[in-house]
Amino acid sequence: MKAIVNVFLKDGVLDPQGKAAHHALKSLGFKNVNSVRIGKQIVLDLDATNKDEALKEVEEMSETLLANTVIEDYTIEIVE
Amino acid sequence: MKKAVVLRFPGTNCEFDTDYALEKLGFDVTIVWHKESKLPECDLVVVPGGFSYGDYLRSGSIARFAPIMNAVSEFAKNGGYVLGICNGFQILTEAGLLPGALKRNDSLHFISKFQHIKVVNNDNKFLQNCKVDEVLNIPVAHADGNYFIDEEGLKELKENNQILVKYCDEDGNPMVLNGSVEQIAGVCNKEKNVFGLMPHPERAIELALGSDDGIKMLEGFKA
Repeated sequence: MKAIVNVFLKDGVLDPQGKAAHHALKSLGFKNVNSVRIGKQIVLDLDATNKDEALKEVEEMSETLLANTVIEDYTIEIVE
Repeated sequence: MKKAVVLRFPGTNCEFDTDYALEKLGFDVTIVWHKESKLPECDLVVVPGGFSYGDYLRSGSIARFAPIMNAVSEFAKNGGYVLGICNGFQILTEAGLLPGALKRNDSLHFISKFQHIKVVNNDNKFLQNCKVDEVLNIPVAHADGNYFIDEEGLKELKENNQILVKYCDEDGNPMVLNGSVEQIAGVCNKEKNVFGLMPHPERAIELALGSDDGIKMLEGFKA
């Protein structure tokens, strides 16, 4: 089973990398971009069979280590 | 003689500068490896600068789970003095021993230079020898020094005099260095025994190196 954790800076927390990429896209002539947020994707290969239990465990991992919840939000997707 | 412990993680690179500065100021210094689970008896623990664990995931995020950090948390909870410099500041925020978090600099550049900082509060052990509004010249060297705290947290910092220093120009006027909320360069906890700052006072202890303003900061822990 795989878990995909996406970590992004919270709304309201300025994302300097996203801002720089947005600026670069505009300079390249891509006019239809309203904003860019850059995050990271963490893919976990899990030794688990129960989807609910896996989700619970990955939530704990995210809260403890994978995200800093002072500045970041995260989403979890479990893929069988 | 006051005893200080300087921690060392894989990737730490300021432990010897910090050791040198503290010994020069008259501390008995022991460098302690991150895999130790106990701290020797001491009056001060310094978490020095560097790139612990290569700054992987987030700066300080892995170091905070090193065995020695349990002992540091315990030491801090019992009122022991802890100082985090640069990567040490990042580690202490990740560990929840200090409020807020440090993000990538808004310019995305690594900033390495002498920087003026202004003392905001001195009613604490660390800055007791400095005057409020005093301007100090201390080097900075960081990529992730952009201090973030939410509005509620900022209000609390102000109410409890937890803001230690802010970036400024040589006349003390506010200066945006890295995007930090209100130009904050260092904070302490509510109990005023855990301190963190991005600038490096241990690199400013000899005029030959450009400034000795770091002495009066670090000397606070001697009193």
